[in-house]
This record gives sequence, C-alpha cells and structure tokens, in this order.
Amino acid sequence: MRKACTPSKFVADVINEVPPSGIRRYFDLASGLEDVISLGVGEPDYVTPWHIREACIHSLECGETSYTSNYGLIELREELANHYSEKYGINYNPDSEILVTSGVSEALDVAIRAITNPGDEIIVVQPSYVAYVPSVMFAGGVPVIISTKLENHFKLTAEELEAAITAKTKAIIINFPNNPTGATMGREDLEAIADVVCEHDIMVISDEVYDCLTYNGGHTCFASLEGMRERTILLNGFSKAYAMTGFRLAYAMASPKIISAMMLIHQYSMLCAPITAQIGAIEALKNGKQEMQRMVRDYDRRRHLIVNGLNKIGLNCFEPKGAFYAFPSVVNTGLSSEDFAERLMNEQKVVTIPGSVFGEAGTGFLRCSYATSREEIEEALERIGAFVDGL
Amino acid sequence: MDDKTRHVLECLEEDARMSHEKIATLTGLTLDEVSKKVTDLEKRGIIRKYKTVIDWDLAGDENVYAIIELKVSLERTIGYQPLVERLYKFPEVRSVRLLSGQYDLSLTVSGKTMKEVAFFVAEKISTLEQVQHTTTHFVLKTYKEDGVILHEQDHVSRLPVTP
Repeated sequence: MRKACTPSKFVADVINEVPPSGIRRYFDLASGLEDVISLGVGEPDYVTPWHIREACIHSLECGETSYTSNYGLIELREELANHYSEKYGINYNPDSEILVTSGVSEALDVAIRAITNPGDEIIVVQPSYVAYVPSVMFAGGVPVIISTKLENHFKLTAEELEAAITAKTKAIIINFPNNPTGATMGREDLEAIADVVCEHDIMVISDEVYDCLTYNGGHTCFASLEGMRERTILLNGFSKAYAMTGFRLAYAMASPKIISAMMLIHQYSMLCAPITAQIGAIEALKNGKQEMQRMVRDYDRRRHLIVNGLNKIGLNCFEPKGAFYAFPSVVNTGLSSEDFAERLMNEQKVVTIPGSVFGEAGTGFLRCSYATSREEIEEALERIGAFVDGL
Repeated sequence: MDDKTRHVLECLEEDARMSHEKIATLTGLTLDEVSKKVTDLEKRGIIRKYKTVIDWDLAGDENVYAIIELKVSLERTIGYQPLVERLYKFPEVRSVRLLSGQYDLSLTVSGKTMKEVAFFVAEKISTLEQVQHTTTHFVLKTYKEDGVILHEQDHVSRLPVTP
C-alpha cells in the first residue's frame, strides 16, 4: 500500500503566517441573513455605464478575443498616457512606462514582487486595504506598519514616516483617497512625504484607485510632485471610477526599468489582461467622463447624507474627502468595533465592517460604504440609530 | 453653473417632491440657502415645472399617443413661430419640436382612441395652410420616458461584503 498523503504539510510556511482576512468572517455572517442592508461593500452600486458594456459586446461580436501585448493594447496605453498628461500634467511613455494589469490587486502584487528582496522592509500605512500586508509577505518582504491617527484626519505625517524608516526600508505603500477612512492628502501634505522619501532613497507604491472620487477639491497625483516620477510606482484602475469592478482592469505607471521588471512577472503569470476588459477601458477613457462625474456627484450627496446621519446618531464621524466610505468612531458606545458590527448585523441587519479589519489603527471605528442607494442609506441610518438607542 | 446649483437641480430632477430639508442634507447647504436657490431657479425659468412620470398603460388608462411629422411651407417674412403657436395651443398636442432633416416639425399627440387622434390630425393639423404634408406614427409601446425605464428590470446583486 502507498503512503497516505497529508496535504497540509505541503502548504508553504508563509501561507500560515498570513492572518486570514477579517472581512471573510463578516461575509459569511451576512450571507445567511435576510432583509439585510449592506454598507459593507467596497464597490460601486452602479452597473458599468452602458456605452462601456456596449463597446465590449461589439468587440466580442467582431471576434476580438485574442491575447494582447503583455503590456496591454497600445491604444489603451496611449489613451492612459494622454489622460495623465491632461489631468495631472505628467507624461508617461506608452511604449515603456505603462503596464496594463488584471485589477490593482495584480498590479500591487507584481509591483511589490518586482522590488522586494527577501527581508526588505516595506512600509504599509494603516488603516488600509486588506491586501497590502499579505502581498508584502508573499513576496518575502517584511511589512512595517504605520498607524495614522484620527487627530491628523488619517493623513500620513512626515514624522511618522521618518520614525518607521530603517536601513532595510525599500518602499512605502500609500493609498489616498483611502479605503477605509476616506482620507485624502493634499499637495502640501504629500510634499512633506516626498522630502522624507527622497532623503532616505526609498520607493513609493501609490495606490490611487480612488483618484476620481474626491470631493471639495481635486486629487494630487504623487508622481506629479517634483522628483517623484522616477521614485513612484503609480497604481490605478477602472473599478471605482467607472464602476467596472468585475472587469478586473487596472494599470501601473513607473520608470521603464521598474515597468519591465513588473512585466517580467506579469508575462509569466497573467500573460495579459483580458482583451474585452481592455476594450471597455478604452471606451471609458474616451467617452466615460460625463457619466463618471454624474456618479461622483451622486456619491457626494450620499456622503453628506451618511456623515450627517452618523454624527446625529452620536457616532463621531470626521468628514471623508474621498473614496466612498464613512469611518465613524464607535468608542463612545462602549463597544469594540467587532462587537458593534456583529451586534448591529444580528440585531438590526445592517452590515458594516469593523475598522480593525484594516489594521490596528482602525480599532474603534467602523467602515460604512455609501456606495449604495440613498433609500438604503436612509434605512440603514434608521436602524443604526435604533441600535445605538437600545444600547 | 456652480457645483451646488447642479446638485440641487439633479436632486429635483430625480425626485420633484424632494423636500428642501432633504436637499440641504444631501448637498451640505443650509435650508435657507436651498430655499433661496430653488426660488431663484424657478424665477429664472430654469426649473420649468414639477412633473410626475406616469405609466398610464399600467394604470389601465388606454391613452393613445402618436408622433406626427410635419412638412411645412415657410413664407418669406414669417418663420415657424406663428404656426408653432397655433399647434401648441391644442391640449391634444403634448410636444412640439423643430427638427433638422426631411421633416420640419415633430408633434406628439394624445387621444383616447386611434380614431380620435387620426381625426384630430386630419381636421386640425393637416388643414392648416402652411402644412404641406403629415405622417402619423402611432406609438405601440413606450419602453422609456423622460429617462425612466417603464418596465421591471433584472436586479443585479452584489456580494454583501467586499474589501
């Protein structure tokens, strides 16, 4: 008889070192409930604008179903280059400085792997998207956490960055506008970060997937700061701005050396992003501005509604200036963010995500996505109010 | 147009019955600012009318609609205006548009029956001196009206929790 197999012993050590996603648990809890209102969704509630879907359908009818260049369709890269030149005054060469990827998730993974040697420290600013720390660990890097603070409106400060840098620091991952806090950083804030980054000669991975979703003033692209273009791996995608999450389409922009390093990994793992999604992205860039702006204005109204409502309930909520999340504090209810979220779900059937899922710094906060209809937000606020009153 | 004005107009375009309190909450304006803005927009004629989109078919009221294309002759000194004024005064005429292309004007006419609409066109429209030719298209079904889709759509569901 042959020897029995124990599959678990074949799983790599790093897998066991990465903590399971805290979000998964809330997904499982929410899935079993009826009449649920979810403020737990990190994607637009809009369907992708019809003209984009229609362009994809047309491309399929025309038989455009092949691989593309590893870098992505040149037409898309040219559109991206034009877009950045017009919007941020920063010029990327479409031939050598842009890589089209399957979502920012892939771009992030490939960017980290392209620059990380075993033991390199990568600074992760939290609260932030749940994939940053695991991606660093999978790449053999060591994540070093900076916790931003409410009193700084969850902005990263130069002092915090300075204190986290060691001789082993290779790069920092920043994400503004931020998921889950909705914090943004203006030009002056970012200039101070750029000074430190330069002084210590480290790279910046800037995830700017929410750049179009800013309210009260525009977004500052980190790579557009003086001297930062060569030092930045800029990541962005179509999911949030154009409601195209399921298309899985994004891109990275950086200097040719970095992009070719990323391309090496991308070509042997992903090969290329799906052509249909790339065609949709071209259409989004060419003709999607008006529809996108309409969605952003609608988010802005919901933002006022939810922030106002949460503050009225007594959950102290600072004004998020970007993305589509409100991040109220639940500290004065006496409950931890996990207990608050879980009881709110069970007692009032409103799904929110405890801030602690996004790092220690999120403890005591709740992420409430307002990428949901106004009626649902109003109903959710009623229920949250009833829950808090009953405590 | 400033950003806040656009927000107010979009709120009212979406729901003409939206209260000023609600608009204030959604836009970050004060109640007073909203009321002043709305009054101003009404005075300036930017807000023309507060209207309800009704699915009359569903309500069981069998109204008949027709789109009438009109070819008209123009006299040297007078444009379309006198004719258009005659046309739009008929309550049966729901809309009047000047078009480019083969025809000059397009009307939407409503009535209780096809016969009623047909007689209205034959008696009141075709007989006007400037009208050279009419083509009547009866509306068989309306799928979308004023930006509102008039039938049940599939509900697209998202996962309840995503990062």
